[in-house]
This record gives sequence, structure tokens and C-alpha cells, in this order.
Amino acid sequence: MTSLTILLVLVLLLVVFGLLFRLQILTAIFSGSYVRQIGTSNRVNAVLMLVFMVVGGAAFFWSFAENFGKMNPPIASIHGHAMEKMFWTTMTVIGVAFVLTQVLLFTYSYKYQHKDGRRAYFFSHNNKIEVIWTIIPAIVMASLIFAGWKAWTRITGPAPKDAVVLEVMGKQFNWLVRYPGRDMKLGVVNYRLIDASNEFGFDLSDKAAMDDFVAPEVHVPKGHPVLIKIRSRDVLHAVYMPHFRVQMYAVPGMPTRFWFTPTATTDEMRAKLGNPKFDYELACNQICGKGHFAMKLKIVVDEPDDYVAWFAAQPPVSKNADLMASFKQMSQQTGLGKGGSQGAKEAAIEEAGETPAPLSAQASM
Amino acid sequence: MATNLPVSAQSQGGVGTAPVPHTEHDDHLHDHEHHDQHWLWKYVFSQDHKMIARQFLITGIFWAVIGGVLSSLFRLQLGWPEATLDWLQPILGKWIEGGKLNPEFYLALVTMHGTIMVFFVLTAGLSGTFSNFLIPLQVGARDMASGFMNMLSYWFFFLSSVVMFSSLFLETGPAAAGWTIYPPLSALPQAISGSGTGMTMWLVSMVFFIVSQLLGGVNYVTTIINMRTRGMSMSKLPLTIWAFFLTAILGILSFPVLFSAALLLVFDRSFGTSFFLSDIYIAGQALHNQGGSPVLFQHLFWFLGHPEVYIVIMPAMGMVSEILATNSRKPIFGYRAMIGSLIGISLLSFVVWAHHMFVTGMNPFLGSVFMFLTLIIAVPSGVKVFNWLATLWRGNIRFTAAMLFSVGFVSLFISGGLTGIILGNATLDIQMHNTYFVVAHFHLVMGSSAFFGLFAGVYHWFPKMFGRMMDEKLGYIHFWLTFIGVYLVFMPMHYVGIAGFPRRYYSWTGFDAFSQFADLNKFISLAAILAFFAQFVFIFNFFYSIFRGRRATENPWNSTTLEWTTPIEPGHGNWPGEIPAVYRWPYDYSKPGAEADFIPQNVPYSQTPSSNLPYERELAE
Repeated sequence: MTSLTILLVLVLLLVVFGLLFRLQILTAIFSGSYVRQIGTSNRVNAVLMLVFMVVGGAAFFWSFAENFGKMNPPIASIHGHAMEKMFWTTMTVIGVAFVLTQVLLFTYSYKYQHKDGRRAYFFSHNNKIEVIWTIIPAIVMASLIFAGWKAWTRITGPAPKDAVVLEVMGKQFNWLVRYPGRDMKLGVVNYRLIDASNEFGFDLSDKAAMDDFVAPEVHVPKGHPVLIKIRSRDVLHAVYMPHFRVQMYAVPGMPTRFWFTPTATTDEMRAKLGNPKFDYELACNQICGKGHFAMKLKIVVDEPDDYVAWFAAQPPVSKNADLMASFKQMSQQTGLGKGGSQGAKEAAIEEAGETPAPLSAQASM
Repeated sequence: MATNLPVSAQSQGGVGTAPVPHTEHDDHLHDHEHHDQHWLWKYVFSQDHKMIARQFLITGIFWAVIGGVLSSLFRLQLGWPEATLDWLQPILGKWIEGGKLNPEFYLALVTMHGTIMVFFVLTAGLSGTFSNFLIPLQVGARDMASGFMNMLSYWFFFLSSVVMFSSLFLETGPAAAGWTIYPPLSALPQAISGSGTGMTMWLVSMVFFIVSQLLGGVNYVTTIINMRTRGMSMSKLPLTIWAFFLTAILGILSFPVLFSAALLLVFDRSFGTSFFLSDIYIAGQALHNQGGSPVLFQHLFWFLGHPEVYIVIMPAMGMVSEILATNSRKPIFGYRAMIGSLIGISLLSFVVWAHHMFVTGMNPFLGSVFMFLTLIIAVPSGVKVFNWLATLWRGNIRFTAAMLFSVGFVSLFISGGLTGIILGNATLDIQMHNTYFVVAHFHLVMGSSAFFGLFAGVYHWFPKMFGRMMDEKLGYIHFWLTFIGVYLVFMPMHYVGIAGFPRRYYSWTGFDAFSQFADLNKFISLAAILAFFAQFVFIFNFFYSIFRGRRATENPWNSTTLEWTTPIEPGHGNWPGEIPAVYRWPYDYSKPGAEADFIPQNVPYSQTPSSNLPYERELAE
């Protein structure tokens, strides 16, 4: 009943609006202002252009300054700091172009509004000007490309040999983490061996897999290069770590990677921000289904010593009785995981050439 | 006539209208061609390009309302995540669970909003309307090369629309894998319920849509190449036509690639192939698929997807160029540079697609190449902006509603285009990829500005489409509300994006890093919903004016191009007599020495001895 009333009121309002509109037109026709093409409204619009520029511009700069702090979440990786610099440099360049062109657009609109008796200036082309405003942007672009290309090559280049390696695997709707264990080699996995207790699909016929361990959160040492190997076992996901300026898709069937060097421990960052609850977070940034927005993983940056202690304390998968039992059952069912299966071989090739040296601190254990 | 104050149709006769006496011919032809026509052939299965254009426009408006409603719904969720939405239950039914929007339905909303706006509104509604309407009128042709194919083009679009619209009401929901439909999510109904029948209907609908685009595109290109009137060389074409021409070529070359991607996806979904699927364990089951690559799909998709954004924006660029020149009463500055930059953008648009894929696991070397090509495309885009500015300079500007929207277009294009320089840089894209910064960028540069181009076009060519004028005052109100609204929505979105807030998130409260923008999100939602409601001013104005608007004159804007030499409501065949011949370029506005401040294209140089430039004197003889 209420909705019907609301509907009725809306309809009546529309009718009133329509009548008023009609009335306005009729009065305009009688007063003769209706046929005049260029009247006061032209001037009003021209002035509004100027007002829009001044008020809008001021509001923009005010709100930008107001939100600037929030826009800049703390950064905690070496390349992240470099990227930040490049970002704000580029923003300055485009900011200049933005102000220049918008100011010209609105002031011209105001200044060259119609005036009776004036005639527009017939000016059809000027090749010299065209060349100038082709070349200047081209030079600016070239320098931005060059800076971007240099940084891009460095960031996406091979990880240092001594990088700490870990693997993050996306699934609907959480992240799984595994570390290579003491042998510093990630063991072979096979998606056909996955079940509820063997979520990675460890192939335990591979010796290197026996000492791998799974962790509920990511731990990385400060000041040391970290190579994240990224997988997905169902749909696309993306590993997104805004504080470290890290992003890479997790692609089923195609392992990807990203390396970075953290520069501040979680504790240091908490102290710096004065927020004892602060945590580095890993988010999913590629639409993956219902729980996409809730795929959060905690990242802890430790002092190297703490990291080594944490690393040593983790139980390897070979200690996980459930997992061992499940693997035995699955490998019997599927005939996989006997060391000779095709899938295991392929995966083994993938992993070859990636035997990073242990973290120097760890080597001394 | 030094000013352009009210001029009646007759007083322009000497300069403005076709050089053929048309009264007798007029009636004769009309009787002959139209009076016996059944309404079904006249209004529904019409082969007249003008009627087909109107059909595209009205269907496009319908879709725009649907797309706007969907965005209002998900902005409600983003702005007020704590609110109960029980009051939407009568409309959304089971998609409201316990007063909350279903997260899968949220994804379906963003998916359908994107699909509808990009394809159904800004491709079919914009380019379909104005390519159809203006190409024959502005090149001086009786109709499209094939009226029948043109009719099919609309009816395939209609079919596609029906399928897509029905998919909204499916039990399992419409497609929900994002408008980019990346597999495996879009391939596996186990992954999301929208990838069941919803996705099948999406694919079927898109296949019809592609057919429609190709039928239309082939027609546009053929008409422009073959059916230009006497004297209308390529270098005398209005910029609108150049834009439609290149847009059609882009469509013809890129839509088939989307077709192939869709086809392979259908195979993966229904026939067990593994083009895009590999090593998948889902819903407690390991799938047999091996060796496919989801990245391959992205290459195929963006090979269309990127030209697509230029398919959306180039017609708007063309129309804006035309409207800016007409209402500044000045020639467009750098006509040849404008054509050159359009061609440059068209060529480059084919070799930048992978900038959508910098962090998808594609080889980083490819990333470098695509970064280079992407940032280069900023140069021709910049040239266009500078030329528009130079066109305004020392003009005598008339702010019609169309002109306001054109100025707004330039402003939005600048604001959105510049952030493309950030996103095209692979290094910076590592952080910005898939954040709200991207959302803000493309909504300004191709969403809002293409919409502004569309509005500008409707206000400007409405008199020729319907023989009546739209109400200017309502046009002003519509413009200012929309212009302010769009900036209020998308400027703050950049801030959220710089902080790294990911797109397509149902809720951000779970993350400390993203939870600080609750107020700003509320603000954006409010502005978006208000801006949406402002569009009803336009819709009212549009439909009211079709029936009750002030009667138009033949050439209400004192414009130079050929469509304004037709009668007020041109019949099928466009010109009642002979088609006028063309003698000059389309931008002779405020030419020194000329009597009026515009000289239509069909006026020979011999009639304008006082204004001819030195090289034109020879042409006069």
C-alpha cells in the first residue's frame, strides 16, 4: 500500500513537472524569447564554464590534499620506493598537462563566447604548431618510457641467486603457502593428487617434497630478496601486496613469479605508524568468484634471526600423518606419484634450475 | 550576415539549400516512395538508414537505463555496506539474502554493467546510431550500400539484446565473471553460478552482436568508399565520416577475433577441449584438461578489447570535432592533422592490447614492447586535444546543449586520458593494475566522454532525426548536472585507487589497507546515483521533443555539411531531387570576405568570389 502511494506521488510529481515545463515554454513563446538562439543563456553558460573551472579546480586540489595521506599507504620494499618516486614524478608531469589544457579549455570557452557583431578568426591550420605539439609530447613520452622500461627490466628480471623462495597458491577462496624446507628445494606437486588433506597435491615420491612445509601465513626476512612462486589450482587469482608494490596473476597450469626485497619488519612498521594492529596484507586482485573480496593472507616481515627461528620450527609435511595417508591412497587410485609419472616429470623440469642458495643466516644453522 | 541570429529557412535559401528547385520533385517522390508503405516496413523492418539509426538510438537508451540501474545497485552496496537492502527484495528476489546483496549477484551486476555499457550502449547505441544516420547524409548518398544488410544489422543487435536481457532473469543469474570473461572462471559453472546458463547466453548474445557489428561495418566502409556524391573526395569528408570510417575498419578487423575467442570458450565449456584450461582442481575434483592457457584467451580478448575502446571513442571524437567547429563558427583547426591522428590512433590501437596484461604472467619482454607502443598512442591523442583547443581559440562560441557536451567531452577526455600515461607504464601498472585507479581512468576516458559524445550528437542531430528541436534549457540542466556529477564520481575514485583498492570487491572492510575510505565511497555512491537520476531530464526531453518539440528549420545550426541541405524530415532517399554536388571542404566557417559566417559544402566557388582564397580562385573557373 505504501509503495503504491509512493508510486502515485511520484507520478503526480512528474505530471506537475511536465505541466510546469509546458507552461514555461508557452510563456517563453509569448514573450518572444523562445526563438532567439543566442541570448542570456549563452552568457550564463560561458560564465558557468569559468565558475566550474575555479570552483571545481579548487575543490579538486583541496580534496586531493585532504586525502593525500590516505592515498599513500606505507611502502616496504626496495623497488616499491623507486616506483613510488616514478609514480609521483609522472603524476606531476600529467598534472602540469592537466592544468594547462583544462585552464585553456575553460578560459577559451568563456573568453570567446558569442558576441554580436564579432566574427570568428578564420584559422584553418598551421603546420609549425602541429609539429611542435607533436614533438614535445613525444619527447616527454620517450623519457617516461625509458625510465619505465629500465625499472621494469630490473623488477621483472631474474631474482638474485640467494633469494628466499616460497610458493603461494591461490584457490577459491583462500591462499595456501609452502616453503621448500631445509633442502631449499620445492618438491614436485601434481594437481591430480590434491584432496582435502593434501591441498597442494604433494608428490611424496619426490624426496625434495618430504621436508617442504605448509604455513598459515607468509613469513619473510627483512632486507633479503624474496622470490614468490605463484600458482593457482582452479581459476585465475592475483597475488597483490600493495605495501610491497607486488602484483602477479596466479594462473592455473602456468606458474608465475615475482621477487622483491622487504625493507621494514612488521614490528618496525607498527612502531612507525603508531598502529600496534598493523599487518602487511596479501589480497586477491583478479575476479575469482563469490569470495574474491575476502581472500586475505597475512604477511609477516621478520628480522632475519626471527625468520630463521620460525623457519626451523615448522613441521615438514612428512610429519603430517593425514597427508601421508591421503597421498598413499590417492597415488594408488590414480597411479600417480610413483616417481615415474608424466606429470611428476614435467613438474620436475619446471623446478629445475631453481636451486637457490640458502639464506646466509640459515646456512649457519 | 555577420551574426548568426535567427535566420529563417527561406533567407538561407541562396546559400544554404540544394541548388535544385525541389518543391515539385519533393511531393512526387514522397508519394511514390512512401505513402503506400505499411507501418511494419516503415517503422519496424525498415531499410531506411535514418529509421535504423533511430532504432539503434532508442534501443541504446533502453540499455543505458538498464546499465545505469545496475551500477546504482552495486554502488548502494559499496557506499552503504552495512545497510539492509530488504526494500529491494520485491525486485531482486532471492538475490537479497537476509537484507544483504548476494556476493555472486554483485559480481553479476558489475559484469553486466560493463558488458551493457561497452557493447550495447557505447558501441551499438553510439556508433550504430550515428554511423547509420550520418554516413549517407554527409557523404551525399540515398542510403547505405545495402539497406537490407543494414536492416539485418539492427535485427541481429535486437536478437542479441533479447538474449542478453533474458539472461538477467535466469535462476542461476547472468554471467558474473567480469565483462572480460576470463576463463577458467567463465568456463566452469562449478566456479561461479553465473558461468552456467548465464555465460552460455552471454556468449550466444555476443555472437549475434558480432554479426550485427560486421554487417554494419561492411556497409559503412562500402558506403563511404563507393557512394560519395560528386565532388566529395576523401579530403572533403567531414571528420565525423573519417571517424566512422576508421571505426568501422577497426570493428571489421577486431570483432572476428572476439568471435574466435568466444567460439573456443564455447568448445572448452561444452565439448571438453582445453584451449584455456589446464591443471584444475575444483569442487573436489581434478579436471582432465591439460595444456590450455588462460593467458591465450586474454590475448584474443584484448586483441578486440583494446581496439574496442577506440571503436567507442572515435565516433565521439568525430562528432565533437564537427560540433566544436560549427558552434565556434570556425574551421576545425588542423583538419589534416585530425585525420592523421585518427589514422595513427587506429593503427596503434591494434598493437597495444597487451598493456592490459602486464602482470598476468606474460613474458616481461613483451611488457616492454607494449609499454613503448602504448605510451606512443598518447601523442596522436594529445594532438587531437590541442587541435580542439585551437579550434575554440578566437571563435565566436554558441553554447548549444551539443556544444556544452562537446566541451565537456574534451575536458573528460583530458582528465581520463592523462592517467593512461600512468597505467601504460608497465612499472607503475604493477601497483595500479585492477585497482580503482583503472576504473576511474576508463570511466572518464571512454565511458563518460563517449557518453558526452553521444549526448552531443543527439542534441545536435535531433532536428534532422525527428524534425523538431530538443528543449535547450533542459539540455543545459542536463549538461551541468551530468558534468558535475561525473567529476564528483570519478575524481575521488582515483584517490581510492592510488591507495590500492581493488576493483570488483563486494566489500573492502576485511582489509586494513582498504578500509579507510568508507566516507569517500559513500560520497562516490551518492554522486553516482544522483548523476544517474539526472539522466531522466534527458530522457524526458528526448521523448517529449519527438512529439511536442519546437519545429526545426532545415539548417538550425547554420552548418555546412550536406545533411542540412535535405528537407526538414528527409524521406527515404534523403534528397527530393538530385543529390547535391560538393565543391569545398566542410569547414568554411567565418571565412573572410564571405557574406554569411558559413558556406555549405555544396556551394561552388564561382558563387563566392569575394571569399575565395588564392588557390580556390582557379577552382572557381
